[in-house]
Amino acid sequence: MPITNSEEMHRKLVQEICAATQNVLSTMMGLASEPGQPAADSNGPGPLDGVSAMVGIVGPWAGTGAVSCDEKMACRLAGAMLMSEYTEVDDDVVDAMGEVANMIIGNIKTNLEEELGPLALGVPTVTFGKNITTRSSAKHRWTLVPFTCEGSQLFVQVLLMESVELSPARSAPVRTLVEAGV
Amino acid sequence: MAVDILIVDDSAAIRKILQRVLLQTEVPIGKIVEAGDGVEALAALKINKIGLILSDINMPNMDGLQLLSELKSSPEHRNVPVLMITTEGAQAKVLEAVNLGAIGYVRKPFTADQIKEKLVGLLS
Repeated sequence: MPITNSEEMHRKLVQEICAATQNVLSTMMGLASEPGQPAADSNGPGPLDGVSAMVGIVGPWAGTGAVSCDEKMACRLAGAMLMSEYTEVDDDVVDAMGEVANMIIGNIKTNLEEELGPLALGVPTVTFGKNITTRSSAKHRWTLVPFTCEGSQLFVQVLLMESVELSPARSAPVRTLVEAGV
Repeated sequence: MAVDILIVDDSAAIRKILQRVLLQTEVPIGKIVEAGDGVEALAALKINKIGLILSDINMPNMDGLQLLSELKSSPEHRNVPVLMITTEGAQAKVLEAVNLGAIGYVRKPFTADQIKEKLVGLLS
């Protein structure tokens, strides 16, 4: 059945975020994770001291997916993925977080395509810093699911809306403004 | 005979993981060469005798499907087997890759055993 409104999309996204995140963390890193209470948030990732990896989605529905966590969690994820130890965010950690976002958001995208039609993914963008705040020019709500993993938190959130709702003059479906005060 | 392998992925993390998995397999592997996109892959093919390519699809500059297309039109490289290892799971993209000559498809996230199993099948 086609998804027609934002409430249905929110429920569907919660389900897909939980499945994709737990699958990626367990398969690639051997880490168990527990989803917390989902929320519909008008803001993007942050405010956050840590790392946020974002991937654009385009097609008949368009938007952005983001995976965010603090520095310690980012180092833990990269360490489990690359079988190394990281004590600070370096190029390896940033790259690993980009790939984690690519896999989680990519799996969500693939699973949604059956109902939404063909979608395409952008290349991940990773932001690292202190007091990161993200704002979207779209007036839709982000679907946010927090996960507890290894005693820390990981936030996965997706903003998705029908492309016909976008202004034809806008070249990108969602414009995000990242204010990172390091 | 040991086979030289080219890993094509814009993520250094994935290239590292695949290198580690390749070194754990019991099949004879020679040199492992890395490329960050299709353009770098074509350059690497010019200076290395590659026997197998492991390639992502979504990459900047030249994606995995464009790389397959370039290989298909190259008399020198059209017979090099290409295994796609990618997040992209859309049926249309999988079919396009197969039509362009990909010999297999592994979807991310993957386990080391899934990759090993494919490699053993391809290289033994």
